[in-house]
Amino acid sequence: MPRVTIRVQAEVFDSTHETTALLAGQAEVGGVGAFTGFVRGGGSLVALELEHYPGMTETMMRQIAESACARFGLVGCTIIHRVGRLKVGAPIVLVLCASAHRAAALEATEFMMDWLKTHAPFWKREEFADGHSAWVEPRACDDAATTRWGTLGA
Amino acid sequence: MLRILYFAWLRDRLGRSGETVSLSAGVDSVADLISQLRARGGAYAEVFARPELIRVAVNQSFATNAATIAANDEIAFFPPVTGG
Repeated sequence: MPRVTIRVQAEVFDSTHETTALLAGQAEVGGVGAFTGFVRGGGSLVALELEHYPGMTETMMRQIAESACARFGLVGCTIIHRVGRLKVGAPIVLVLCASAHRAAALEATEFMMDWLKTHAPFWKREEFADGHSAWVEPRACDDAATTRWGTLGA
Repeated sequence: MLRILYFAWLRDRLGRSGETVSLSAGVDSVADLISQLRARGGAYAEVFARPELIRVAVNQSFATNAATIAANDEIAFFPPVTGG
């Protein structure tokens, strides 16, 4: 059974610590694909407020992780997504994919990020320097990126 | 009783994160429920004026407006997701 770790948390994560935990005792791993998403600044953005749907979020994250493990033959994977108020420059999301070989590890990382962006129930509200805030609109290119993988399957 | 949840701008505009409702006679799909809510007028009529802007989950799984619903279901309405 692949080692799957799913967490939704307010606290910051430590990618080195998470990688060590993912790899502990897994001698057949040849590489780990990793992605960390950060709050991108610009246009007087101060922070993002991340909201989610407790329960459904974890279910979708687990489905995405298990689907990636099956499809790419991963030894294990980790998804950590933060919620709450996150300032510009703060890390938001961590995806780690452990595999025997590089191609599967990197491809699985992209697969999981594409599905997370379009199917995990999180919403971002942007908070600007002048005090006004606005909900982030979804981007069509994120849907297009996900479509290339077909269905989530399992 | 049906449990309804609202997220993001839907919650802001409706001024509530959820409610429980009784299904009116003849309401057995998500689309029917949207009509029932829209018929309340006010903020509900505005929020549900364009169902294509809204996504729905039935019992925490993505669903379409054609999905059937029953008493005790948990229905969530929200905008397209923007995580990651």
